[in-house]
Amino acid sequence: MQTLAMHISNGIINGPVAAVFGALALAALTFCVLRARADLDDRLAPMAGLVAAFIFAVQMLNFPIFTAGVSGHLLGGALAALLVGPWVGALCVAVVLVVQALVFGDGGVAMLGLNITNMALLGTAAAYLLIALLLRVLPRTRAGLAVTAFVSALVSVVVASQGFVLQYALGGTTDLGGNLAGLAGTMAVAHLLIGIGEGLITATTVLTVAKVRPDLVYALRSRRAAAPAVAVPVAGGVR
Amino acid sequence: MGAGHAHVLYRAGDTPVHRLPPEVKIAAMVLFTLAVVATPREAFWAFGGYALLVAVVAALARVGARWLLLRAMIELPFVLFAFALPFLGAGERVGLAGLQLSVDGLYGGWNILAKGTLGVLASLLLAATTTTRDLILGLDRLRCPQVLTQIATFMLRYLDVLVAEARRMRVARLSRGDDPRFLWQLRGFAAGVGALFLRAFERGERVYLAMLSRGYTGRMPVVWQGAGAATAGQWAVAAVVPVVAVAIAAAALVLT
Repeated sequence: MQTLAMHISNGIINGPVAAVFGALALAALTFCVLRARADLDDRLAPMAGLVAAFIFAVQMLNFPIFTAGVSGHLLGGALAALLVGPWVGALCVAVVLVVQALVFGDGGVAMLGLNITNMALLGTAAAYLLIALLLRVLPRTRAGLAVTAFVSALVSVVVASQGFVLQYALGGTTDLGGNLAGLAGTMAVAHLLIGIGEGLITATTVLTVAKVRPDLVYALRSRRAAAPAVAVPVAGGVR
Repeated sequence: MGAGHAHVLYRAGDTPVHRLPPEVKIAAMVLFTLAVVATPREAFWAFGGYALLVAVVAALARVGARWLLLRAMIELPFVLFAFALPFLGAGERVGLAGLQLSVDGLYGGWNILAKGTLGVLASLLLAATTTTRDLILGLDRLRCPQVLTQIATFMLRYLDVLVAEARRMRVARLSRGDDPRFLWQLRGFAAGVGALFLRAFERGERVYLAMLSRGYTGRMPVVWQGAGAATAGQWAVAAVVPVVAVAIAAAALVLT
């Protein structure tokens, strides 16, 4: 059941609710496209592609939680928000979901709006709000960045899973009776575990990138402006 | 980075389905899926009709049933929920083989299984007959914003590199005695992920700069050359599938 919230397949949520969320996702993505145009420069364009490819690849590699056959995969919303910012980040996750639905049949095409709302919009938005807050509050050290990445990834996964619960409450095709609270609980617990894995992976990935190429971490941009000591080779520099 | 960027699901061939322009196939596939999803779940015959439609297209595209069904297994984790529903569902119950199952849950499970499977089969057919390059081209011609097609282009371009790199790194770790199966070994995996990311980025950056220096502006040359776009005839041919599907869906809606 864990993988369920990650990719809703056709028929789990009824048509009208799927259509409403489809319209919502379309509107939000349009807004993201408009905002992303300003962000997408020579450095960010290949980075966005790579973040998308990376999320795509890591979503295919399921990592086991405990030894009991329960497995989950990264959502990548927090990673995308950290590395390419919220607007391009949401688009990256959305592109992954669209290609997965069109080509690999992961998640129904008719449910794309729901999946994009949960994973690309809710997940990335929750992650970025936390990132913006935590980077301001926490000390400007590697540990601070690690905690930021971990917490934002963890919370974004749980938020995305609760997005599914909300959608199921609105338009689930099967009445679970009073089990909706149970569904919410199961999803939250399962995704807390997935979220810990996601948090660890996001934190180590971002730390590695921040150590070697701090110019590539979008979330640290404002910090760089304050500290011009870091010479940024624009257009990436072939090193 | 020239030709031959086919993905694992692509089945090279020269059938009428392969020859259709990608934008036409994407549109047909999406409309077909929407029709399937809109069908009431009690109309069992309708789903038989859709399955027949999928089988006809598969036969035209020379995609084997065995290949399709094996690949369709990918959806299993995503529809496990369907098998739980008969036990979780509320309301009236029936006894079946000694189990008390919820009627609504049984319908719900069937609903997810049937619609999910048909959706997966439709996307597999699209994937089997369309290269990823054509797919992006199709999305671009369907007026998908350029930011999105650009991200998608790079994504698909870097994907094979990433996967191969990841596989090499995994083999390297395994051969050094790592057994990445437990939660506490996640750190090794994650550290590798960081390295993988950086390696792939620096490669991707070079590729991107090389593309820029050769006049890349965010769209693939084929798109602005406009060659090979779908003709009205091709749209009409491909429209047969969604039109039949919509007819079945409409009939099912009226009859039930």
